[in-house]
Amino acid sequence: MAFITANWNPLGEAFYRKTELYEMSWNLRDGLRDSLVAAAPYGGPIALLREPHRRSPSSRPQLEIYSASGVAIASFPWKSGPVVQLGWTVSDELLCVQEDGSVLIYDLFGSFKRHFSMGQSTKLQVLEAKVFHSPYGTGVAIVTGSSRFTLATNIDELKLRRLPEVPGLQGKPSCWVVLTQDRQTKVLLSNGPELFILDNTSCTAVCPPGLSPQAGNIVHMSVSFSYKYLALFTDTGHLWTGSSHLQEKLSEVDTKKTTTPKQMIWCRRPKSQQPSVVLMWDRLLLVAGVCSDTDPCVLVGELDGVRIVSSTNQELLQEVPLVCQDIFKIASMAPGALLLEAHREYEKSSQKADEYLREIKEQSMLGEAVRQCVEAAGHEYDTNTQKSLLRAASFGKCFLTDFSPDQFVTTCRELRVLNAVRESSVGLPLTHTQFKQMTLQVLIDRLVYRQFYPLAIEICRYLKIPDYQGVSRVLKHWASYEAIARAVCVKVGDSPGVSYSHIAAKAYECGRTELAIKLLDFEARSGEQVPLLLKMKRSQLALSKAVESGDTDLVYTVVSYLKNEMNRGDFFMTLRNQPVALSLYRQFCKLQEQDTLKDLYNQDDDHQELANYYVTASYREKRLESRLSLLQSAVDEYNKAKNEFAAKATEDEMRLLRFQRKLDDEKGAGLLGLSLQATIEALLALGLHKQAEQLYRDFKVPDKRYWWLKLKSLAEKEEWEELEKFSKSKKSPIGYLAFVEVCIKCNNKYEAKKYVSKVAPEQKVKAHLAVSDLEGAADAAIERRNESEMAAVLSRCSASDRLLIDRLNRARTTATKK
Amino acid sequence: MAHSARRDSPELPDFSLLKRLARDQLIYLLEQLPGKKDLFIEADLMSPLDRIANVSTLKQHEVDKLYKVEYKPVISTSDQLCFLIRPRIQTVKWICDVVNADKAAGKFRRYKLIFTPQKFYACEAVLEEQGIFGDVTTDEWAFYLLPLDDDIISLELPEFFRDNFLAGDQRWVRTAGSTLHLLHSIYGPFSKIYGIGRCSKMAYESWREQVEEGETKARQAEIGNVFLIDRDVDFVTPLCSQVVYEGLVDDIFRIKCGCVEFGPDVTSSDKSMKVMLNSQDKVFNEIRNEHFSNVFGFLSQKARNLQTAYDKRRGMDIKQMKTFVSEELKGLKQEHRLLSLHIGASESIMKKKTKQDFQELLKTEHSLLEGFEIRECISFIEEHINRQVSMIESLRLLCLLSITENGLLPKDYRSLKAQYLQSYGVDHLLTFANLRQLGLLVEQQPGETLTVMESKVGKLVNDKTAGKLTDAFSSLAKKSNFRALSKKLNLVPKSDEEYDLRVPRDMAYIFSGAYIPLSCKLIEQVLERDGWTGLEEVTRLLNGHEFAVTGSTAGSSGADSRAKNDAQRIVLVMFLGGCTFSEISALRFLGRERGYKFIVVTTAITNSSRLIEALLDNHV
Repeated sequence: MAFITANWNPLGEAFYRKTELYEMSWNLRDGLRDSLVAAAPYGGPIALLREPHRRSPSSRPQLEIYSASGVAIASFPWKSGPVVQLGWTVSDELLCVQEDGSVLIYDLFGSFKRHFSMGQSTKLQVLEAKVFHSPYGTGVAIVTGSSRFTLATNIDELKLRRLPEVPGLQGKPSCWVVLTQDRQTKVLLSNGPELFILDNTSCTAVCPPGLSPQAGNIVHMSVSFSYKYLALFTDTGHLWTGSSHLQEKLSEVDTKKTTTPKQMIWCRRPKSQQPSVVLMWDRLLLVAGVCSDTDPCVLVGELDGVRIVSSTNQELLQEVPLVCQDIFKIASMAPGALLLEAHREYEKSSQKADEYLREIKEQSMLGEAVRQCVEAAGHEYDTNTQKSLLRAASFGKCFLTDFSPDQFVTTCRELRVLNAVRESSVGLPLTHTQFKQMTLQVLIDRLVYRQFYPLAIEICRYLKIPDYQGVSRVLKHWASYEAIARAVCVKVGDSPGVSYSHIAAKAYECGRTELAIKLLDFEARSGEQVPLLLKMKRSQLALSKAVESGDTDLVYTVVSYLKNEMNRGDFFMTLRNQPVALSLYRQFCKLQEQDTLKDLYNQDDDHQELANYYVTASYREKRLESRLSLLQSAVDEYNKAKNEFAAKATEDEMRLLRFQRKLDDEKGAGLLGLSLQATIEALLALGLHKQAEQLYRDFKVPDKRYWWLKLKSLAEKEEWEELEKFSKSKKSPIGYLAFVEVCIKCNNKYEAKKYVSKVAPEQKVKAHLAVSDLEGAADAAIERRNESEMAAVLSRCSASDRLLIDRLNRARTTATKK
Repeated sequence: MAHSARRDSPELPDFSLLKRLARDQLIYLLEQLPGKKDLFIEADLMSPLDRIANVSTLKQHEVDKLYKVEYKPVISTSDQLCFLIRPRIQTVKWICDVVNADKAAGKFRRYKLIFTPQKFYACEAVLEEQGIFGDVTTDEWAFYLLPLDDDIISLELPEFFRDNFLAGDQRWVRTAGSTLHLLHSIYGPFSKIYGIGRCSKMAYESWREQVEEGETKARQAEIGNVFLIDRDVDFVTPLCSQVVYEGLVDDIFRIKCGCVEFGPDVTSSDKSMKVMLNSQDKVFNEIRNEHFSNVFGFLSQKARNLQTAYDKRRGMDIKQMKTFVSEELKGLKQEHRLLSLHIGASESIMKKKTKQDFQELLKTEHSLLEGFEIRECISFIEEHINRQVSMIESLRLLCLLSITENGLLPKDYRSLKAQYLQSYGVDHLLTFANLRQLGLLVEQQPGETLTVMESKVGKLVNDKTAGKLTDAFSSLAKKSNFRALSKKLNLVPKSDEEYDLRVPRDMAYIFSGAYIPLSCKLIEQVLERDGWTGLEEVTRLLNGHEFAVTGSTAGSSGADSRAKNDAQRIVLVMFLGGCTFSEISALRFLGRERGYKFIVVTTAITNSSRLIEALLDNHV
């Protein structure tokens, strides 16, 4: 009691104190090392993911959720991809940002709620992510492997914004923060010596006023809880603080530490005299001047201070509130201090009490003294100090005649509540200031959410909150979530023929929506769940239930319902989170609404599919011009999709179409729409050799293909002289057996024979056989001493070829002998 | 016949019951619309319907005229129209047009839509959108299963493959579940269910759900084991050229609904002839599972036997002659007719297939399966494309190359694709996109080794919530690991030994001894091991989704253990996405070897052409 100021540290005008909140109930094997930690403000829960980067499939990291006092709430193995960042939403939901850009949302008890993605591309790689809070809710910001920032200001109404490129940025920036200013969310980042502000449309280079030029590169930055103040830390150890508008400077300190701090958090409170920054290095905690040793721990910025969570305990570092300073400062003569002293003497039955009291009264400051004591009690964490302050206040009050007891009574009540929730088993280390900011309603909601129903009810009763807001509300939740649903379930059991959906429908009719939803969970048949959920306007839930059921009809029912209920953007966004529903809807659009399909792809930035869509559309188009323009769109989209091959092929097609149109106009060739090969074929058939030649060169048709084409077409037209000329034009890339075979196919043995001599030796037998020249074949086979070829010739010999057979057989035996 | 069946192999259950059920239900539905009516039938329902109820049965129930759905204005004058259709949006839209046209013309009729096997909400939505929901009545004809033969049952749903595997549209899963449910309620309870593939798993779950909803009666099981398999587990087998007689006939003449139309070149007359191909056809029954090289020998032997039988007439007295004519002659005549047909077919096949080209084609396929002389194969395929031999065939070879080689080298991928587009038009870009999506024709991923990708995906697939995320990876997950699988399961027998196709020693005879179909090998292994234990590596390579569940065998008393034992050796294999005749032949062979009887249930009979055609996206 006497040493209340023992843990105070002066910093300029103000004092800072560190109060121990908890000995943590958890038992962490490896401390907080190698873990991703996220703690929610307002004494919220703490999430811990061990070794998030270990990727071997055998050891899955464990995700653990604790209350602020370290009481385990949930724990489960992490089965999805590598996590980059954990964070809590304003409504105490856990966000896990994965490396691939998907964000998984879990509730406080570790059950999966939903997921969304911060981008479409599968190649997305999230380098860093931040979860931030703004007046619009909870947001997520990521910086991707391609050095681009993407923001979602409110995850409940997901709207992704891709911020403009930062000039010269490679990889991730050295540091960055998200700011909410003027109702806009921006990103402040530093890249080497430069500092940029990124908003929706632009990227502006900025310079903090008064930062000495030799300060060096900014390596760490932090923005205050209210987004009003900004702190920058440079690689030379300079700490600059100022307003987040970058218009005024508060201070600049040389910390003499050149290593980057692990964490840097603002420590201030509303109406603070002197906001300060807490920096943390490995073994050093620095409050812009004050230092003490720590083991690895995590700083949590709060409205009015910083919580320091280590593996063993948790402390609150805050600027000592003014009124506490006044009362407890050594040799303070403030009225509150005097009143406290007076009461102390009074308890000792010393007459000094009267002296002190008189002194206050003489200054007619007794009212002020009582107020000070009451207020200070609110800011104190230790119950004994609270008690002595309140007793002093109550003592002083006796000497006042017309003093309103309201403040005293409220503070007493609120302190009781606060002490109750600070209790380690509940684990909500709220300060009085935070409590005021958060409001009682929210506190009760949070207790309900954490399923501390009895405590919530007690608090409601104690604070005399009207029933409809308080007790009954809690009871309703309690009942609907637990008791009734269970009771109903126990009564009904699994007896066949009972429809939970009917019971739920009844519950809904009675206005018990939550209960109805709870009851529906017991319903085994999804077909029964979904319609009721739709009726209750729980369309998202209905959709996921429908998808889970595997019944596509059901999915489709919900999809078409949503289509009519929602605006288009939201509808598409909802579908995006449900691939099964999406592919179903796509199928439907393919048959029914082609344009919607295009919008769908557009929304998803699915360039590949969009391009395919244009290609399909181009074939429905009769007019060449519109067909070409659609194909051009396809080319653009293919390029965006980085599918160069398809882009090139489509461009070729456009070229070909133009060529065909030209020839159709000139010669009436009727080529439009034919494939390249068919076009060349048609040209050759029409005798337009020059044009065919042109296509062959322009489109880089392989030699072999062209030779085959020309060979066939000449043979079919029986232009034997042309063919012979062609065969001599250069060495045939397809060999000469092809010539023989094609001639035979066109029933011209005479022409075929011309080419036999040119055939390569290994195919000679085949060539001779093709023109039914058994003698020649036999000669060739014998010459090549090839047994299987001889056998092939033999098999073609008929009985009349006695001589030949004998010759071959002889040759065979000699061949085998060798 | 060279094979001697094991004498103790069990009798197959009687599936004609399925037909009777379907017929009775259809009649009931038709009677729901009393009075004379015209019936419009979806084109691809014509043949299946014919197998259930013939025209005279329909006429008995006041069907006046029969029309095929042709998407043209109707000319019927009847005041009642009944439509028997598949749940397809396109057809429903056409009906909407018909109704709306009538409305505009001030004509009043009654319309009834009968969807088979079930209706989809999407169809009703179209009716609603077009404003005729109140003008028509709809019904479902739960005609799920058409027995094509003693051991083949088809759902006749060829679109299942594309919808489910390409478009990711899972609406047929429930149909598959209902099919299982139907079989289970008639021939079950099944004592063991094995399966592999995502769709199989979902179908299984859908069936379980339906079982739990309904009540089960204790009965003597006729079918003991069930094996579910997704088509995308094994794409290699359906992409190979078929060389067993039945498969070959399907490849060349296309068997439709168990029936084939032989052209004039086969019938050696001037008209075509429709022939039912099933076990009733004595000649066909003996050659259907034979390698084609044996068929001719067998047929000529048969012809000689027949001649001897005919020759018996000589030297008969009147009485003998009378019995001969009344008893044997008809059978002989019938046999004669069939024999000449199959000889005709074989000749026609020989003409088409024994050409050089076919030999080279088979050689290429075998090289691909064995994984040697790949460069030669690629130039063969290139020439194939350049010469425009066949649009489908070229694609088939490309896919086979890609699957067996785990993707094409980027250089080859590009050049082959470019050449193909030159040959057949740029619209095939979309076809290639489809093939890539299915993992049938892909580019080798440089840098990223297979195992990394696998473990990434593997981690995800087991988790239900994260399972949704896998869709992003799905194209990567569909990597084929054919080479590794082939090694693990010994799919490609050593090539240095002669393979006697007359006396097959394993299922490889289906493909001239070059390859044991993966799907059938899996079935063999799982039945042998009574589950997936020991096959972990294999299932990992196949991307998992395997399961083996022991069903309830309630109500089986020990008294009739022989019957029970019989049922245990009857295995129902359900192919989701289609199966080929070659696979059926392989399973029949396996059954003979191991004393099983296999019943094949498939969403449709498929072959390489049908498989590829389902994935085409050119505008023709």
